Amino acid sequence: MKDMGRMLVRREAFSELAIGNTAIVRAMVEAGVRVVTSYPGSPTPEIAEAIKSIAPDERPFYFEFSTNEKVATEVAFGAAINGRLSVAFFKSVGLNVAADSFVQLPLMDIGGGMVIILGDDPGANSSQNEQDNRHYAKLSYCPLLEPASAQEAYDMFKKAASLARELRTAVILRLTTHVCHAKEKLRFDAWEPATPDDTPRFDPDSSSFIPIAASVFPMKRRALERLADIEKRLPSLGLDTLVDNGNGERGIVVAGLPFASVMDALELCPPGARRPDILKLGAVYPFDRALVRSFLESHAEVKVIEELDPILEGDFKALAYDLGLHCRIIGKKDIDETMGECTPGKARAILAAAWPDLFPPEPETAAGIGETDKAPPPRPAQMCPGCGHRSAFYAIKKALRPDDITVADIGCHTLGHLPPYRMGRVLLSMGHSTSTASGLALMNDSRRVVCFIGDSTFFHAGLPGITNAVYNGHRVLLIVMENGTTAMTGHQDHPGTGRNFSGVTEKLSVRAALEGLGVKNIREVDTYKQQELTGMVGEALDEPGFKVIIARHPCMLKFTREARRKPGWSARRVMIDLSICTQNHECIERFACPTFQRTEDGTIMVNADLCIGDGSCRQTCPVQAIVPDA
Amino acid sequence: MNGTFNIYMAGVGGQGIGLLAELLARAADHAGLSLRGCDTHGLAQRGGMVTSHLRLGVAYSPLIPDGQADLVIALERTEALRSARSMLKEGGAVIWYDATWQALDVRTGANPPVAADDVRKAAESKGAAAHPVRRDDLPDTRMQNVAVVAEALRLALIPGIELDHVKAAMSDLMAGPGLETNLALLG
Repeated sequence: MKDMGRMLVRREAFSELAIGNTAIVRAMVEAGVRVVTSYPGSPTPEIAEAIKSIAPDERPFYFEFSTNEKVATEVAFGAAINGRLSVAFFKSVGLNVAADSFVQLPLMDIGGGMVIILGDDPGANSSQNEQDNRHYAKLSYCPLLEPASAQEAYDMFKKAASLARELRTAVILRLTTHVCHAKEKLRFDAWEPATPDDTPRFDPDSSSFIPIAASVFPMKRRALERLADIEKRLPSLGLDTLVDNGNGERGIVVAGLPFASVMDALELCPPGARRPDILKLGAVYPFDRALVRSFLESHAEVKVIEELDPILEGDFKALAYDLGLHCRIIGKKDIDETMGECTPGKARAILAAAWPDLFPPEPETAAGIGETDKAPPPRPAQMCPGCGHRSAFYAIKKALRPDDITVADIGCHTLGHLPPYRMGRVLLSMGHSTSTASGLALMNDSRRVVCFIGDSTFFHAGLPGITNAVYNGHRVLLIVMENGTTAMTGHQDHPGTGRNFSGVTEKLSVRAALEGLGVKNIREVDTYKQQELTGMVGEALDEPGFKVIIARHPCMLKFTREARRKPGWSARRVMIDLSICTQNHECIERFACPTFQRTEDGTIMVNADLCIGDGSCRQTCPVQAIVPDA
Repeated sequence: MNGTFNIYMAGVGGQGIGLLAELLARAADHAGLSLRGCDTHGLAQRGGMVTSHLRLGVAYSPLIPDGQADLVIALERTEALRSARSMLKEGGAVIWYDATWQALDVRTGANPPVAADDVRKAAESKGAAAHPVRRDDLPDTRMQNVAVVAEALRLALIPGIELDHVKAAMSDLMAGPGLETNLALLG
């Protein structure tokens, strides 16, 4: 069996199959990174998994999961101004959380250098939007590099780190979901470990670190001058690539994964047809204006292909206007070009819209293919068998009136908005629920307001909204869905679990935190005690002010995985006693554990591959037909 | 091998699509084939769809264009149907473990269940072969992924990949009794 952790700290150069997220960790090792921070969020958690695969005493850097992305950025910043090369990584929308501190980074003199790795999510595969974080680079004057493959992610991280260290600044490495997860055979360089110089080098007299009033301007000037400096260095950094097909008429400018999609699409050109030249940018902000100028000058038409927003397009058009260039720059044609992932199929459609003669006409789809046969039912994500959230939603719903308002937050419990529960009907962001609920409760005496939050999110961004609800006396019921882990992103620890990335730590209590914030009305219950929970919600809703119920049950996916590894474990299941079952379908239609399967005649069966035998379903059957499978 | 051979894998979160994809990618590497691949899961590990792309030979993107999969490997009947319709190439093949994890609409009665014949018909409409797999002798339901690979090898559905390549890949990924049981299943 191959040991990934061993490979990541191997001294010799080697080749190995790996995904982009793993490749980045080898790059961190080689670059001499000392401090790495993160908050879990797809598509980046596998970076932490790769770090975890390295034995703690072999890990050449410190890693922590911080309580949120802003904290992660600040911890990495603090280490970096003290001279350590540092990295913070998180998902796309994590940058919104980090933004208040992040936008200051380019103003600072960051002696150790800093790389911010962003996992952007075109296609919103696992995010609440598909925001294009290249905007943040321009907003804050922070340089941004964009790899198109796992190999480039590795290569460009090292270039980003070296640029950050040399120019004493922060550099963004912008990955997207299918660069993070792209798998290929990667070539890794040799690594010669150096003894790190961990002298604390923070020197507040060498440079201002206090951007207040007039002192902002020299700092801003330095940030802008640094960008100009970087642009001058770009030709020697080898970040941009020209694919020269000898075409003076047509060119394409593209960056990131869409480059691969364009290359695949162009394979569909007829044999012998002249393909457009391609300028692939690795340095997206700042980009090499001289290089782009010469590309625009040497082609009659240039199509700019950008996943998500038309950022380069606007810059190129401005450049061409200022220089009086005659190149016809073809930008986005419609809204759809601003939406979703630029897959090979989409790249073909975009190119065909710009140049209809580029590809042979699509063959007419033969009649009937994929049309007349049966369409499969959709399969939305759902809560796992035995999930404590299912019991909670089933029980809470019983205490609510149809027009009561429920507010969701981010986590596995967001899935409660789906049928049949329909609990948690509005979602903004991590930790929004208590404050959104507070607004919903204003000037509203008729529809009661309930909001949810998970335990990791409680510590991440939940506390300010809760503090506000106490302070301003909002009449809201908050239900903390405590499952003892950060479940949705792969069971990472958080301040309430009693462990951090390095080992055992003091367990912060949700209840003690609430009490410390001044919450007086707190109840606690295990969610499997469904009747008790229903009763509690009914009582609490009639009470004035801000109330909290901590509805607790361990994540059963994690619990079952751990239980399986213990000696003496044996599978447990329930079954339907068909002699008792009246086919009222409470179990399958309202409790709706995925274990229950419907047969043609309406009989309910238990799927033995899914059932974990937790028995939380048994109390939902009005005739007690769900029994242990002995 | 000439051109690209695209393998699209699909199942439900928890069925072991990730291991299946890693196993085949490593087998391809042991066979000396160049490859690109990508798992796509997002929120889907919670009982939603999980899919994975593997492209052998010349390919730039890790993602297979719609309708360009030479082979669809599914671990569940509904997902076999979905993938056969959206990803399967004309004249390709679909092989699936014929388990059924009913989707929500089927469980609530809003949609009828999917039959194995529905997958066959979808494949037939594209002139593609359809191979259901079902075994009653598996020591653990989590080995259904390896059972499908064993059958795909027996039917020689993946050009260039032989039993020994998959065994070598398996030894990269597992150890101990788990490795022994799975190697035995491969045959």
